[in-house]
Amino acid sequence: MIYKVISKPEFRKFIDVLVRENTSFGPRQVDTAANGNPVYQFMPVASADEIEFDYTATASSAKHFFLPFRDELSRFSFHDRTFEQHIAYESEPVVLIGLRPCDISALNILDDVLLNGRYPSPYYLAKRKNTFVIGMDHLPLPDCFCKSLAHHTVSTGFNLFCSDIGEKYYLSINSSKAFTYLEEFQTEEPSYEDNCLMTQRRKLISGSFRTEVDVTSLPSILDIEFESPVWDKWGAKCLNCGTCAMVCPTCYCYSVDERFDIDLKGASRNRQLYSCNLVDFAVVAGGHNFRPKNGDRLKYRYYHQHRGFAENANQQICVGCNRCGRACLTGINPKAVINDLRMEKESCMTCVSPSPDRT
Amino acid sequence: MHDMRFTIPRQDLNREAFASSVPDFNLKSDLMKTDMGYKCRITNIVSLTEQEKLFRLRIVDPEERRIFRFKPGQFIMLELPGFGDVPISISSSNSNHEYIELCIRKAGHVTSALFRIEPGMHLAIRGPFGSSFPVDEMAGHHVLLIAGGLGIAPLRAPLFWINEHRDRFRDVHLLYGAKEPSQLLFSYQFDEWKTISHIRLHTIVEHADAEWKGNTGMITELFGDISIDTKNTYAIVCGPPVMFKFVCSYLDRLGIPMNRMFVSLERRMHCGMGKCCRCMVGSTFTCIDGPVFDYWSVMNLKEAI
Repeated sequence: MIYKVISKPEFRKFIDVLVRENTSFGPRQVDTAANGNPVYQFMPVASADEIEFDYTATASSAKHFFLPFRDELSRFSFHDRTFEQHIAYESEPVVLIGLRPCDISALNILDDVLLNGRYPSPYYLAKRKNTFVIGMDHLPLPDCFCKSLAHHTVSTGFNLFCSDIGEKYYLSINSSKAFTYLEEFQTEEPSYEDNCLMTQRRKLISGSFRTEVDVTSLPSILDIEFESPVWDKWGAKCLNCGTCAMVCPTCYCYSVDERFDIDLKGASRNRQLYSCNLVDFAVVAGGHNFRPKNGDRLKYRYYHQHRGFAENANQQICVGCNRCGRACLTGINPKAVINDLRMEKESCMTCVSPSPDRT
Repeated sequence: MHDMRFTIPRQDLNREAFASSVPDFNLKSDLMKTDMGYKCRITNIVSLTEQEKLFRLRIVDPEERRIFRFKPGQFIMLELPGFGDVPISISSSNSNHEYIELCIRKAGHVTSALFRIEPGMHLAIRGPFGSSFPVDEMAGHHVLLIAGGLGIAPLRAPLFWINEHRDRFRDVHLLYGAKEPSQLLFSYQFDEWKTISHIRLHTIVEHADAEWKGNTGMITELFGDISIDTKNTYAIVCGPPVMFKFVCSYLDRLGIPMNRMFVSLERRMHCGMGKCCRCMVGSTFTCIDGPVFDYWSVMNLKEAI
């Protein structure tokens, strides 16, 4: 990692040059929410002026650039009672500007899942390698809890990371490409004052979190509370719409379906993102549903995010962005669910008479 | 000041790899496992009942046929282009490199389409995936094979193995239950299993018809007929989810150690590679950690059975 500082006008010039020639996406306001807050999304951008560098957080995550909602995995062409299968792993180069640390952490987690297992995914690898990621730090929203999961800072997984230190950006350069591009622009070695400003910025961000979720020993609590009535309580609210998984930066579960072309000369095999909250997630042929209740499916999502993944990859998969909490139509948010689960545990350990829920 | 003619070209953006170990995707056999299927020709279809058929598949390319090897208990993803792919246990001998056999029940979208196709047509398989029965570890012991209904299909691979290496095993019992006598699959092989393989076969049906002279009732009632040396026995249980509970807890009470009882689980799968998460049981993937689990693992998995 190499550190530099760049003035804000010069940084805009750099972004201008970068996006002029390349397919680029950056945060833009697309709507205004009912409560008056602006709604941001990663949208195609053609110049630095179109990018809102001071945005809060996007409603959807950046995972859709790597795991598109719908993606063609392979094609079949039919002829003479047989077929040929064609696979193209190629992907177009893309520039992503303004990812938050938790977004980049989420990509690192996806790298772990999709590239380091027994069967690495070439589709994901092609997209990941062809993407130029510029990260930017931000002050947390009132409901962000990424600090609880230590994802409010990030030290790998990006090409370039910018921290706002007032008049300048403090740049963390993590790839030779980014370094080479920046050589054409006016950057300076960080001065003592710049380093002080950077430390202050870190302290400010770290001290600005207003939401905290205690996730310590959550894997074990989820195991012990597997039959907890908390799941029925929250399950009763859940609409099984799958919105939480769609906006989640790390939810990667999918389904595969195949479709014939309209001329019947070929077919496509497609991957489509799915959600474990959808009713038919675990339905097998013949109609048996391994998770028939709302609560079972909601529990499974938490179980996968905080328990299952912790066992498989030694970290919880949630990055604490609270997109699912913001997007949920019935107000189910992870802080409330997790705290409910912990409270229940505490009340049972301290109360002298059996908990009324347990008798 | 920077020169406005300076540009950052597209082809330049391909970035350095961040993943520590970037895998080599050029190996043909690796690709075959994951995304590109082995093209197979259907050489034979046997109708076992109205709902079940036995498909015999031969990999078309000789080189691919040489690469494809599996262990008893593993499954493949059967790909019917345009319809989809489904996980199916291999129910033929793993020493047979000429063809594989799949026993398939007509249950969903893909299998219904499969029931309309004819011998000679082509489809694809990916795999093999998953864990297998510990046939080497089982050598020198008594073996108890317990199948319910279609559960006989994944048991055929270890049955073939035992038949081919019969001298390595002591007493072998096959307990096989079905709803009705007509639903006992592979009944044409019963005599062969009994006389050639020296497997003690015990069958039972829930609802007898006029011609049925055998046992009637639940599969656990067969345990009364046999004596089990529990300290030297391996058990493999395969059947509908409800059967596992009764049979495994019964065997547990008899005293067969939990790590010598094996079950083959069934879940919805879309990839077979531990990516789609459809088959997840707790923190475990049925496709890469299973489908064969020992009973200890199953007991420790939430919502497994």
